[in-house]
Amino acid sequence: MTRTARAVGAVRRSFAPWTDPAAVPLIRFEGVTKRFGDTVAVDGLSLSIYERELFCLLGPSGCGKSTLMRMLAGFEEPSEGTVTLGGQDLAGVPPYRRPVNMMFQSYALFPHMSVEANVAYGLKQEGLPRGEIADRVLEMLRLVKLEPMARRRPDQLSGGQRQRVALARALAKRPKVLLLDEPLGALDKKLREETQFELIDLQERLGTTFVIVTHDQEEAMTMAHRIAVMDHGCLVQVATPGEVYEQPASRFVAGFVGDATLLDGEVAGRTDRGLWMIRSAASPEPLLVDDPDEDLRPGQAVAVAIRPEKMVLHQDPPGPAAENALAGEVWDVGYLGDWTVYRVKLDSGALVRVSRANTSRFVDRPVAWEDRVHVSFAPDAGVILTD
Amino acid sequence: MAAPRSRRLASALVPAAPYLWLVAFFLVPFGIVLKISLSDPATAQPPYRPLLDLSGGVGGVRDFLAGLDLETFSTLLGDSLYVDAALSSLRIAMVATILLLLVGYPLAYSMARAPAGWRPVLLALVILPFWTSFLIRVYAWIGILRPEGYLNAALLWLGLVDQPLQILNTETAVFIGLTYAYLPFMVLPLYATLERLDRTLIDAALDLGATPIRAFWTVTAPLSLPGVIAGSLLCFIPIVGEFVVPDLLGGSETLMIGRTLWSEFFSNRDWPLASAVAVVLLVILVVPIVLFREAEARRTEAGR
Repeated sequence: MTRTARAVGAVRRSFAPWTDPAAVPLIRFEGVTKRFGDTVAVDGLSLSIYERELFCLLGPSGCGKSTLMRMLAGFEEPSEGTVTLGGQDLAGVPPYRRPVNMMFQSYALFPHMSVEANVAYGLKQEGLPRGEIADRVLEMLRLVKLEPMARRRPDQLSGGQRQRVALARALAKRPKVLLLDEPLGALDKKLREETQFELIDLQERLGTTFVIVTHDQEEAMTMAHRIAVMDHGCLVQVATPGEVYEQPASRFVAGFVGDATLLDGEVAGRTDRGLWMIRSAASPEPLLVDDPDEDLRPGQAVAVAIRPEKMVLHQDPPGPAAENALAGEVWDVGYLGDWTVYRVKLDSGALVRVSRANTSRFVDRPVAWEDRVHVSFAPDAGVILTD
Repeated sequence: MAAPRSRRLASALVPAAPYLWLVAFFLVPFGIVLKISLSDPATAQPPYRPLLDLSGGVGGVRDFLAGLDLETFSTLLGDSLYVDAALSSLRIAMVATILLLLVGYPLAYSMARAPAGWRPVLLALVILPFWTSFLIRVYAWIGILRPEGYLNAALLWLGLVDQPLQILNTETAVFIGLTYAYLPFMVLPLYATLERLDRTLIDAALDLGATPIRAFWTVTAPLSLPGVIAGSLLCFIPIVGEFVVPDLLGGSETLMIGRTLWSEFFSNRDWPLASAVAVVLLVILVVPIVLFREAEARRTEAGR
């Protein structure tokens, strides 16, 4: 099989210290639990983040990602376990003595101070000489392209400008780690996309380790070197965006990051080509899935996850060569411009999502509601989930 | 069309309501007081002259106006008693306001920082004293502060003093009474500003390296300034004219303009002079009110 030589997802740059056993992580969570009264916000979690990494904590609200970040900033102390930064145990170190700065979700700009004074605030606390403070403030304002706004007050700025002031203020002290809590949450879609790339660019130039908390999977996918998907205070998967999308570790990840159709079934055996055969109600023939997992037992209950863009919609019955062909009826059509999303109700009753790129402006035979169609997918398009 | 017109009239009256209120219950009475202050005292009922007699027609009005003069005001300025009373009132009000700020700020701050579930209870406790008469509460302090009162009994029992302290009928007692009586007026506006203060701003200050004390002085204190100004105003202005507390708790040496006013009215039955004192008191207070308002307006303008 040639699959081991293939890359998963898009590869942005060759930066992968987490694959190097000799690399020493900058941030280390070890067996960290955080309880608030009876509720467990973070549950025995261990995680390593490396220098110069752009790391995203992704999860639904209440999954514990913000608590994890607040423990790094020093606003919360772990109930159990240790958090270390550059080898130093952070227990008992107050926020104002940590080489970590945070960009708050609400930006938390001081409303009674000018942009300049906001950026200078942290430097003043360090007791730097006045001239140096002025130089650094100017440098930071240049970095975020806000020099002309130096004398303005936060409420005289637009949302995007405020976001950049918050960024400049947090970066002014040259922290080892910059924490960004939903950094783009308050921006509109266009500005958000632009800012994502600006942040990546900035992070690459400065070499600061960024830890971003977000519930927006697109944001995490675009920006992160690695994503930690969290649910109920636990890490569900820590991997590159490509791995998270193409090899989701669980049903939760498959459903939370992007869309996926999950077909339940059980392991029936293996073909001589090495493909797993999964018996499923969705199809009379067993589904064929190319999955590197070697530990599956026959009879084991599993689910096959398939991304909508990796499914093919056929208006005529596909030939016998088509693998994993499922028959059904069009249930829903959603036209998004660049894509059209179809929901197909299989004869077994399961709903399958199929998307099709609208590569042409004209369609000869449009697919309509209640049309009888077939859906197929290649064996390597499916992922077997065992949870 | 009658209905729209009456509706238009009603919609014009609604914003005018506060002004009508002010005219009826502030401007008109003030005009009457001003008129009396320009009159001369007389042994009569009412005890001042001239009286406006509208039955005399235009001539009557002219006679009436001719009878008005500024004599009472020159008496007021000429007698150091009134100037001293005014200055002493301002001084006492200023000291009391500072004391109230020193006691009220920590109180409001800890209330605003209390768990959210506790705050309504704490707020109710601050307002609770209003349920009993102001007079009764000030009288209660006599019981506490008098030589054989509870405070001295406690101090003697603890062995802190050998003989009872003379607190009642001194300026100290006045300050204690004023601080006690006006505390809610200081605490409520302070609490309102402090409670609204965004906690993440403090987090941001700490995150940027400020110690909690620095964070307080650079973020909390400046942002609570509107509350400080409002609370100080709410206390300072009525304390300048305060009568009950200095009368009941103060000694003969506690000179306050409210007391002077009372004795002119009721002991001397000199209504014109008393009215003049009232007018001066108002003028004294209008100045700080206008100044404060202007400062406020400039501040919000700058903040925009």
